[in-house]
Amino acid sequence: MVVKNVVCPVCGGSCEDIQVELKDNSITVKNACKMGNGKFQEVVSEHRIKDPMIKKDGKFVKVSWEEALDKAAEILANSRRPLLFMGSETSCEAQEVGLHMGEYLGGVVDSNATICHGPTCMGIQEAGLPTSTCGVAINRSDLNIYWGTNPLASMPRHMSKYGLFPRGYWTKRGRFDRKVITVDPRKTDTAVASDLHIQLQPNSDYELLNALLTILNGKTPHHSVEQVTGIAISVMEEMVDMMLEAKFGSINVGLGAGSSFGKHRNIEMALNLVKELNNNHGTKFRIGALRGHCNVAGFNQIATYLYGYPFALDFARGYARYNPGETSCVDLLREKDVDAALVLGADLVGHTPADSAKYLCQIPMVCIDIAPGPTPSGADVLLPGVIDAFECDGTFYRLDNVPVYFEPFTDSPFDFTKSNEDTMKQLFAKVKELKEKA
Amino acid sequence: MAALIVKNGYVFDPLNEINGEVMDVFIKDGKIVSGLSEAEIKDAKVIDATGKTVMPGGVDSHTHIAGSKVNSGRFMRPEDHYKYNKPKTDITHSGCGETTKTVYLEGYEYAQMGYTTAFEAAVPPMKARHTHEEMRSIPMLDMGAYLVLGNNWFMMRYLKEGDMEKAAAYISWMMRAHKTYGIKCVNPAGVENWGWGENVSSLDEANIHFEITPREIIKGLCELNEELGIPMPMHLHANNLGHPGCYETTLESLAIPSKIKARQDLAVEWAETKIDPSRDRSIYLTHMQFNAFAGTSWRDFESGVKPLADYINKNEHVVIDSGCVPFGNATCMTGDGPSIHDIAVLTGGKWSNCDVDLECGSGVCPFTYLKNNPVHSVQWAMGLECLLLIDNPWQAIMTTDSPNGGPFTKYPIVMSWLMSNSFREQTFDECHKWANDRSELGGVDREMSLYDIAILTRANPAKTIGMVHRKGSLGIGADGDVTVYDIDPTKLDVNNHEELIRKFSRAAYTIKGGEIAVKDGEIVSLPNQRTYYSDITVDETAEKAMLADVKEWFRYYSIGFKHYPTPEKYLTNPTAINVNTEK
Repeated sequence: MVVKNVVCPVCGGSCEDIQVELKDNSITVKNACKMGNGKFQEVVSEHRIKDPMIKKDGKFVKVSWEEALDKAAEILANSRRPLLFMGSETSCEAQEVGLHMGEYLGGVVDSNATICHGPTCMGIQEAGLPTSTCGVAINRSDLNIYWGTNPLASMPRHMSKYGLFPRGYWTKRGRFDRKVITVDPRKTDTAVASDLHIQLQPNSDYELLNALLTILNGKTPHHSVEQVTGIAISVMEEMVDMMLEAKFGSINVGLGAGSSFGKHRNIEMALNLVKELNNNHGTKFRIGALRGHCNVAGFNQIATYLYGYPFALDFARGYARYNPGETSCVDLLREKDVDAALVLGADLVGHTPADSAKYLCQIPMVCIDIAPGPTPSGADVLLPGVIDAFECDGTFYRLDNVPVYFEPFTDSPFDFTKSNEDTMKQLFAKVKELKEKA
Repeated sequence: MAALIVKNGYVFDPLNEINGEVMDVFIKDGKIVSGLSEAEIKDAKVIDATGKTVMPGGVDSHTHIAGSKVNSGRFMRPEDHYKYNKPKTDITHSGCGETTKTVYLEGYEYAQMGYTTAFEAAVPPMKARHTHEEMRSIPMLDMGAYLVLGNNWFMMRYLKEGDMEKAAAYISWMMRAHKTYGIKCVNPAGVENWGWGENVSSLDEANIHFEITPREIIKGLCELNEELGIPMPMHLHANNLGHPGCYETTLESLAIPSKIKARQDLAVEWAETKIDPSRDRSIYLTHMQFNAFAGTSWRDFESGVKPLADYINKNEHVVIDSGCVPFGNATCMTGDGPSIHDIAVLTGGKWSNCDVDLECGSGVCPFTYLKNNPVHSVQWAMGLECLLLIDNPWQAIMTTDSPNGGPFTKYPIVMSWLMSNSFREQTFDECHKWANDRSELGGVDREMSLYDIAILTRANPAKTIGMVHRKGSLGIGADGDVTVYDIDPTKLDVNNHEELIRKFSRAAYTIKGGEIAVKDGEIVSLPNQRTYYSDITVDETAEKAMLADVKEWFRYYSIGFKHYPTPEKYLTNPTAINVNTEK
């Protein structure tokens, strides 16, 4: 049967126009990009984790769901300071249970932003976020700027859906009604497709943003900035002219801005530039981050409304504290400051520095995942994951923080759990039982 | 659930014209009843309210506590959170935030002040799922939310073309699709212009492309509101807000629906009340204080509340909420993107903005009202003027437009200013002299009674938004929502305002649906909450024709038509109110 309007759970684009046809052992997917298609194939893949497992003497042994769940609950309940990593590859509903469990246990709850757009979140905390939903850029933007990102690789449909090609209300000719600037040290495919490529020196984003702000304020930046950024002031002036000529400009930042030297200060400066562009220059600007991974924006939103901070929430005092660098997962692991971990829907071992990853594999770790990888191999208890948007319903937040409700096109392959939310709830109930017994 | 008796308290129930009579209140199965059988009395829980004040549960008809703009405020303001924390307890979650509170804290702190109902003031349609997600997490409070429609492309197009039938069908469909309750109109025509970095400055200035004026939008929405029999009047955030001289625009705006007759058509069982519970207003102006600036610049800034109050005193079709400024920290957040931008330029601080697809916009910026700042001092006086210069308390509602003027936790201070002239005089001494020089407040010696306060914080908000079938009174059939304050009206000394503030801040009891939620200011249980929305009946053929238009234009949305509506899954105890069933 063909199912239409399926939501894709791969990147932050949350495309909701995917068409799938699921047969016995194959799936045909339309409208999805290469990354999306790859993920949809997981439904019928052979390497799917299908059984609950516990590591005994360094080897995984298949056990019953109850036994695995008991062991997982024991690890968490016996921990003095657990780390609960609520990955982005699952619904807000599952992440919410993790936050509640973290609060209950007095542990630390973190998510992918901590190793991704965390600096972007911190930049927003410094300057605020002048943004819009994607539809505003589709309909109005005659200038699109990609800063430190290569969407052709990281969010393949961004250009066609939101950035370059969409035919909006005032941009009926699509690409022909838009100019594109790409700021990237690399000559990426995105850069090649642009009208202006600012090929700055790596790690000079802050200086370049500062120089643009200076030019915008009618002054000439110090000539040393040419050497630092590798960009001629005349080119910077050309860029500012393009920005001021635009009726509506849309800036999309990637990790190149937030994760090069300067980190959240780069983002703060970018946000201040956008703020200034909106101050009576006869143009309107928005800025938004290309959230790379599935529901990474969702955790930021729900953690903020439930407990006040977008990531790195430490509940040791009975309320949430937030101090990235101290309460963020990489630092906690590096400092050996947690004694057990639960990782849901993220490959934490593969994406943290070696020291942190090593320690994570040394402490008791519970992992909920769908396929083998570094994190499942390092776990002590492995619980099979359910694929959100394929096998259960729930909510993702899109890159522009618009929540998207998704419905499944097939059922959970397991009789012991309906969804990751269900797994988390079962686990939390067991943890509570153990805690209350003690 | 055992029945409950609130015994021997001084009862203030304005919708039943009960003014401080010593009475018992009976609650059974979550509802107010006239009495209990002997067997029920034997099992009933009894609260001794002797020497205490008893009121219906508080109702906030305009507050910003759920949704994407509120969360933008929380997101960008860690500094608002780390100094204001409440740890978890055995029954409550932890929370933080002085002005941009987390969801759990919002529910707890409203309940601790004796409030049981709060309506979220602005929902961007495309982000309604977010608003409902948050409302689902707010404990204890019964809620509803207003849908922002004043700059919606479909709405503007229908109003411009004069296609009122389709416009009505559109409103009906949108309310159902997004599970919202009433119409909110924010800076009509202006927010669309803000999509290009512009605004509109007068009621007759047509906006870019859509070529529609604020006047046409206000008139159209008010007419549609009454044609559809929506529970509440059209809820207006007027143009030019926050600019010196804006009171003139407000005055003109209020006059637009003066000839439109209020028509509320709800298929509900009304609670018993002496006063007619149906609404008689055709426009509900929000945060009047921010819409009442006079002068031409910040140098000659002064209060423009007097002329507005004079108009309201002569015209019964208007009801307002005040938007008081109790000094201290605040976070400005509204669907009026351009006005927040102007404030952010003024403060030079953090600024967030979010325009939403074909619908609306919003802005957020931190703000602190200082007693030594001349303009802020006048704003403080103006907020109180809004409530004290309007003679009929049934035309006014007390709010701080939380958290724009200040967080809702400061309501007790505002109540005390309204009740105590000496407290106002003390504040005049503490703040900038402009407060006295540039407002009429200094000449006002009106001191509100507990009965007046019950109107401003319970009876009238409930009546205005059409919730008297459940809220705002202690009439038979109403929800068993009761507040007991440890205030003895016979020994009330309004000069001791500090004690008054303390007692309003911590209710002796907050009863929600017959369950004791708060005792002595502490949360003792977590009664269930509900979400209300309007299910408006319209002609099916009009709806079909309208949906064809909507689908045609949906290609300009960044979300697909199928994923646009909000499923009921996002609501706690979704309660539809059937509207427009008589026609």
